[in-house]
Amino acid sequence: MIEFILNDNTVKTDERSGQTLLDFIRYQRRLIGTKIGCREGDCGACTILIGELVESGIQYKSATSCITPLGNVAGKHVVTVEGINMDVLTPYQQAMVDASGTQCGMCTVGFVMSLAGLCLTRKSIQYSDVISAIDGNICRCTGYKSIERAAYILYEKLQNKPSGSIIPWLVNNEYIPAYFLSMDERLRALHKFIRSEGDTFIGGGTDLLVQKHDEIFTSDINLISDNSELVGISIEDNIIEIGAATNTTMLLDSPILNQVFPKLREHLLLVSSTPIRNIATVGGNFINASPIGDLTVFFIALNTTIELAAQNDTSREILLKDLYLDYKKLDMHDGEHMKKLRFQIPDKPILFNFEKVSKRRYLDIATVNTAACFKIDEEECIVDVHISAGGVGPVPMYLNETCQFLIRKKVTHQNMKTALETAQKEISPISDVRGSAQYKRLLLNQLLRAHFFTLFPDLVAINSSI
Amino acid sequence: MKNIDAVGHVRGESIYVDDIPVRVGTLFALAYCSSSAHARINRVDYSKAEEAEGIHRIITHKDIPGENQIGGIILDEPLLAVDEIHFWGQPIAIILAESEYLARQARKLIEIDVEELHVITNPREARKQNKLIHPPRTFSIGDVDNTFNKCAHIFEGRADSNGQEHLYIETQGAYAYPGENDKLFIVSSTQGPTAVQRTAARVLSVPMHQIEVDVTRLGGGFGGKEDQATSFAVMVALASKITKRPVKYVVHRMDDMKMTGKRHPYSSDYKIGLSEDYKILAYEATFHQNAGAAADLSPAVLERTLFHATNAYFIPNVKVTAYSCKTNLPPNTAFRGFGGPQGMFVIESAIQHAARSLGVKKRTIQHINLLDNGNEFPYGQVVDQCQAKTSWNESNEKFNIEKLEFGVLKFNAENKLYKKGIACMPICFGISFTNTMMNNARALVHVYQDGSVGISTGGVEMGQGLNTKMVQVTAEAFNISAKRVKIETTNTTRIANTSPSAASATSDLNGKALQKAIRSIMTRLLLVARQELGVEYHQLDFKNEHIFIDGEKSDLHWEQLISIAHQQRVNLSEHAHYATPIIHFDKSKEKGHPFAYHVYGNSITTVTVDCLRGIYEIDDVKIVHDFGKSMNMDVDLGQIEGGLVQGIGWMTMEELAYGDDGRLLSNALSTYKIPDIYSVPKTIDVKPLKTDGHDLAILKSKAVGEPPLMYGIGAYFAIQNAVLAFNPNANLVFDAPFTPEKVLLALYGE
Repeated sequence: MIEFILNDNTVKTDERSGQTLLDFIRYQRRLIGTKIGCREGDCGACTILIGELVESGIQYKSATSCITPLGNVAGKHVVTVEGINMDVLTPYQQAMVDASGTQCGMCTVGFVMSLAGLCLTRKSIQYSDVISAIDGNICRCTGYKSIERAAYILYEKLQNKPSGSIIPWLVNNEYIPAYFLSMDERLRALHKFIRSEGDTFIGGGTDLLVQKHDEIFTSDINLISDNSELVGISIEDNIIEIGAATNTTMLLDSPILNQVFPKLREHLLLVSSTPIRNIATVGGNFINASPIGDLTVFFIALNTTIELAAQNDTSREILLKDLYLDYKKLDMHDGEHMKKLRFQIPDKPILFNFEKVSKRRYLDIATVNTAACFKIDEEECIVDVHISAGGVGPVPMYLNETCQFLIRKKVTHQNMKTALETAQKEISPISDVRGSAQYKRLLLNQLLRAHFFTLFPDLVAINSSI
Repeated sequence: MKNIDAVGHVRGESIYVDDIPVRVGTLFALAYCSSSAHARINRVDYSKAEEAEGIHRIITHKDIPGENQIGGIILDEPLLAVDEIHFWGQPIAIILAESEYLARQARKLIEIDVEELHVITNPREARKQNKLIHPPRTFSIGDVDNTFNKCAHIFEGRADSNGQEHLYIETQGAYAYPGENDKLFIVSSTQGPTAVQRTAARVLSVPMHQIEVDVTRLGGGFGGKEDQATSFAVMVALASKITKRPVKYVVHRMDDMKMTGKRHPYSSDYKIGLSEDYKILAYEATFHQNAGAAADLSPAVLERTLFHATNAYFIPNVKVTAYSCKTNLPPNTAFRGFGGPQGMFVIESAIQHAARSLGVKKRTIQHINLLDNGNEFPYGQVVDQCQAKTSWNESNEKFNIEKLEFGVLKFNAENKLYKKGIACMPICFGISFTNTMMNNARALVHVYQDGSVGISTGGVEMGQGLNTKMVQVTAEAFNISAKRVKIETTNTTRIANTSPSAASATSDLNGKALQKAIRSIMTRLLLVARQELGVEYHQLDFKNEHIFIDGEKSDLHWEQLISIAHQQRVNLSEHAHYATPIIHFDKSKEKGHPFAYHVYGNSITTVTVDCLRGIYEIDDVKIVHDFGKSMNMDVDLGQIEGGLVQGIGWMTMEELAYGDDGRLLSNALSTYKIPDIYSVPKTIDVKPLKTDGHDLAILKSKAVGEPPLMYGIGAYFAIQNAVLAFNPNANLVFDAPFTPEKVLLALYGE
């Protein structure tokens, strides 16, 4: 039995927990405002909100319902457009009307719900936050300019939003209906879902529900994204520990990580989109074993270790870079699952960079991605270096020989050049829909250069290296 | 007036095919498609699938009571494959199940044995093998061969543009259910209700009056549902006819992308000849259109390529030839611009080639050769009310092109790793279906006895704002509040024999029909008022919902007038027909006056290329556009911005990829990328050109659907200019889209 609150109604259902939330709300509950565009989280037409109890109340986030397993909303508040409709239009609906932000209408509800999600966040809002709230929504009609105008209207209105408890303010100003006021209490009274103990571990479902939609529907699944033991970011003795079910938005918003990586936001905004980041987990990214997994590539360069737990409660640690044996083949035993990752905070000044190029800059899968982390001594000699690369081999790669070469070398143009040549020897890209092998080779070369140019602007003369 | 659908859209209350309540007993259809692009079918084994859970039955070509034929222009496409497969994704059978899920499971159990045949994906190879949809067509004017001998400069080259997936957010879909006496009702997400009706009648072997097609709205069309919606609608019609059950089919995105045709890829050769002072004296081009496996709308698309081969330029000697090449891709189809953009990309490439080789600015050559009144197009129409030079001059003055160019030069001098590029893209686009007979429409107007008004037209709302404009036309023509006007669904029993909503002409054609119907009713109402008030007819006028006598407002208002007319048994309804005057075209001579008018404009695109990573951003696009007198700037601006961005997508990131085996590789939104909010131009500045508008445009408000797409072509040349600023030795290749891959390879190529 799964219990949750759908808009203003408590739902108790025996439907399979691997069913998509989208199919449930559209076809079981006939809430047809939520639209189907792609069924793979790439268009945002099915965006809904999921509200979850946290210490300070309810936290709402947008999510693509097409790849959210129904079981993942147990004990939560799911909001569709029907759940925010009132007699009057909300300010974000009105802004979309006033700015002519809707043409055919098929994507519109997705935008509206993403904007609703933004209004429900507690932080103060910049204009760029409004745009990033809708970065997972694709519109084929408008060219987005009218939607940007709507976003600006909303941005100006939200400048009056108080900090702290915002639900009463949102209700008073007709951003959301009054039933939201009692949701905290109602969620607390909900029966907690007891998860199945199936073999198929699912975090956010953002890959498995795309690739194996029908199989997951009938499988006995093990949902982990609400397992509090697997969620969270902590720091102790200079070591950062992140639970496998921690989602990407939590990484992006983490004060710990932002302190260590000043460009974290810039880097992680290149990873999928807001509604996907809200549900996609770091463990899912690792175990999915995509050769171009963004988070995988990011963390390999931090010399991350992961803890794998077996069913008998024993666990072992391996380096993330050693997890990948061959294409989608992992050094994992039956019944094992990932519990957490750990990495040591690099010494200051932290010389870390992440690069990604895809056909479309945002909301796209990388053609090639790479991360690098350097440690240099006072003589500008490299004492430690880890470089990862995705899209250039069957697995997310650790550029071992390149790193070996660079150790104890000075950062010079010549050494960079030799390192780039070394990298070319250890990669084996193939031609596919994301690009030709020739392109991927050249692109990795350029992105490795970008690491050097970004991290050592004074040491590598840009002029001489183009 | 804001889009009348906007409130329903933002509340999620607008209805699309998949939102219709499912009737009891509904079966869910799913096409079983080929997994080869060209093959002979030896045997298909449905036995396991037929026995699977929840399967009602599987329909094949053998079950078709009428003709197994869905071709529109040429009868060359079966609904369900018989013994040969011609493209990957071609429907072979229709699975009918109790649910979509069960249909999908059964589909996996169908086994097929085929003999693979040679697959052609390249149109030039098809031409070599003489695999053509129809004989080539040539438009010509002047004497190209002799003129080339006199040209000071001649440049020859090749220009390729790839196809484009429509990516309407609402996928294809239809829902059919039987009525009494063999009647069949079809709800379809189609731009062409009559095409659905006609084709269903042919396949089912029933008269057209037995088929009623109803369309509320489309979640995007862009041409992709002009002809290609038909097969899905006919599948459910056929299944419903056979099973006597309601049948629904809403196509999964990946099936939609795999099964449906797209914008035609073109591979073209050009030869351009210029005088000493850069006048284009002669232009020759050969277009190889990749039509795919069947004609679909390819012949008409091909024709428009020829019509727009010289874009906004006057060239006295032209010879352009186009081959519609039959390949093993899904039949390619209409897409906003309809072949025009493909033709324009080639002439723009030729001019860029000439400009780079001669060391002059491309815009210098563009400017010198812009069209003017009295010039003759290669197809014989004489240019009239030309706005090519006015929009060019106004854009370059208003936006200060010289300052913009200086800014680019300065930026490029100061930056090593980033380079900017700038390009102008003038457009001239003809409005009318090039097939003259299609330029007609009808409207039905009912004034109800309480004064409310219901209107129906043959036009389909797909986000372009047609319904809003039709309500506006009605309110304006009656001179009543728009609140009194309700627009009905598009339905073949109310409006018969419709032309599809296409060619940018829907508002013009249907709006003019509406005006005619309303004028008839209004005349009758004024006669009622004359009798009621005892005044002369010429003294009467109707404004702001009131009768005016000699310019003085009377007490007789709309509701009263309607009530009196109703009492007097006056007809309060009217059905009117409109056919565009003037236009004609003689295909035997390839000459005539095919277009009611042309739409003009110019855009200036600036881009920045990151020359380290090979990625780029569109900084801004500045446009002066000839709206005529826009009747709704909110709607029209949306068309300009949306069309431009679609055009930029086609020219930059949208890359269709087929394997050599004819399989679509870019088969999902994860592999086929359309612009997102971050990839569109940072600013789009659109200024309307001040003109009087055109009499053949509805309320003098010119058609606006397709023309702006072609502003997007400017992005290609702006990126190319930036690349050349970094690497002057880069090959001058014209091969759209200019993906980050092509950019990086060009930046670091020889």
